[in-house]
Amino acid sequence: MTSTPTEPVAVQPRLKPRRLVDLAIGLILVGIMLFPVYWMINASLQPSGNTLNADFFPTNPSFAGYEKAINDQGRNLVTSLIVSAGVVVLSLAIAAPAAYALAQFRYRWANAALLVILITQMIPGIVIANALYAAYNDLGLLNTLIGLILADSTMAVPFAILILRAFMINIQPAIIEAARVDGAGHLRAFFSIVLPVSKNSLITAGLFAFLFAWSDFLFALTLTTTGGIRPVTLGIYQYLGTQVSNWSATMATAVLSSIPAIVLLVVAQRYIAAGAMGGAVK
Amino acid sequence: MTSATIVPSSRRHKRREELAKALFLAPAAIFIALYFGYPIVKNVVMSFQEYNTRTFFTGEAPWVALDNYATVVKSQLFWPAMRNTALFTLGSIVGQFIIGMGLALFFQRRFPLSGFLRAMLLLPWLLPLIVGSASWRSILDQDGGVLNTVLRAFGLDGVPWLTSPDVALIAVILVNIWVGVPFNVTLLYGGLQEIPTELYEAGSLDGATGWKAFWHITVPNLRPVISVVLVLGVVYTLKVLDIILGLTDGGPANATQTIAVRSYQTSFIDFDFGIGAAYSNILIVISLVFAAIYLRTNRKAVDE
Repeated sequence: MTSTPTEPVAVQPRLKPRRLVDLAIGLILVGIMLFPVYWMINASLQPSGNTLNADFFPTNPSFAGYEKAINDQGRNLVTSLIVSAGVVVLSLAIAAPAAYALAQFRYRWANAALLVILITQMIPGIVIANALYAAYNDLGLLNTLIGLILADSTMAVPFAILILRAFMINIQPAIIEAARVDGAGHLRAFFSIVLPVSKNSLITAGLFAFLFAWSDFLFALTLTTTGGIRPVTLGIYQYLGTQVSNWSATMATAVLSSIPAIVLLVVAQRYIAAGAMGGAVK
Repeated sequence: MTSATIVPSSRRHKRREELAKALFLAPAAIFIALYFGYPIVKNVVMSFQEYNTRTFFTGEAPWVALDNYATVVKSQLFWPAMRNTALFTLGSIVGQFIIGMGLALFFQRRFPLSGFLRAMLLLPWLLPLIVGSASWRSILDQDGGVLNTVLRAFGLDGVPWLTSPDVALIAVILVNIWVGVPFNVTLLYGGLQEIPTELYEAGSLDGATGWKAFWHITVPNLRPVISVVLVLGVVYTLKVLDIILGLTDGGPANATQTIAVRSYQTSFIDFDFGIGAAYSNILIVISLVFAAIYLRTNRKAVDE
């Protein structure tokens, strides 16, 4: 994408005043959009207490909020981490073979299957939670890691199938056939050819599976009833309660819960953008 | 491209082939049946039953036909919740789209750091919604919140953002707009990149620049992306729970009750699962109407 190639001025020195004006506007716009993130960090560093501190900068940063957050919510953060990792593994294990099959095998009902997968993405989570609660209650899956991992995969599985299929449809059947001619079974061809060439799309799908599970609030809220297994999103909700009794601890927990998103944004930005596009229009 | 063309095809072999291929889909099929098929069917059945705490002890859930739906529709909160759902969805979508489109157009320009800044815009979308709620809850606090501090510094009165029934719905819509802007920017920006520059060059020869170019070149070419963005936005917004529970818990004075919040509260606060199921089935029907629109537009977007 070149910028207005008809303008002869394009060959002038790089930093034209107009570009600096644009940069200034861009900084202001992004600054406004990210202000709540800044404010969360700022508030997390204020001395603890139940009143909101109005200082615009943490001039005397206090880490008391973080101390309390880690004491109260450290376990919940670990729970979230385990659940999210579990969702990544489970949803990729379910989605990758299905995506490959839908991309490369011929099924008469492939379109119907894709339609079902698209529709599952539109089903409100509360519908699933409502029915699962009763079933989980009978099966003893309330307040269990595996119960949460399975439920949290409901967002990741359809999404991962669509993303992975969009990629795998472009794999040349010839390279898979070559392996099959050499005597590899479907499974071997899948593991030794398909998965390695799909690495990037697997990373994209995995990152989103992680983010979905890490952000899950609904299943945490409905499928955990005791303090035993409690993801950190629910921990934040309980801090919020009717009255927040400790803002700096609440905000410190919020900051700690933002770390995966921030790390992914910095380290894996191109995968995030690919996922945002792939999930919706493919 | 079936591999039957390569492997010598005895009948038994062919059957094994078919089985092997079916096994690739089996885990996904089982998962979707258990975690989408079962809940949807179960939810429909529950909505015709008196399904409450007693059911968990006695195992009995008497059939009550349409009583739950009657209870829902007659409930004092039903029509306010419908209205709030409509306003919340409409307000969020309009706000997200206009701001998202503005930012997407702005970031078409090339300036230093533009790629980096555009990436940073994604952050609100990647954060857990409850984190966004927590941060906004502190910003919108009536007494100590920074927004009112700023308003007062300009000599204006502080606004009881989350505690006044008149303002709370507007406040949760504003926060939901903030959450949805990144998604809109990303998809719309991607769509803008796909429009060939030649169209604008040809347009400018005909005198179509600025707003004219936007209406006559950008909008028509972006239409498939726009419809997908809008419909997905509606489907996502209908089911929002985190933002509202985190900010207001449906209050004050039920001012921010939506159908999704009602469904959650009747099932998991009042433990009336039958009535909660009726609420969530209403939500499914609304979502599926928009899903149908989505599938139509999506098909067009793919075909084109």
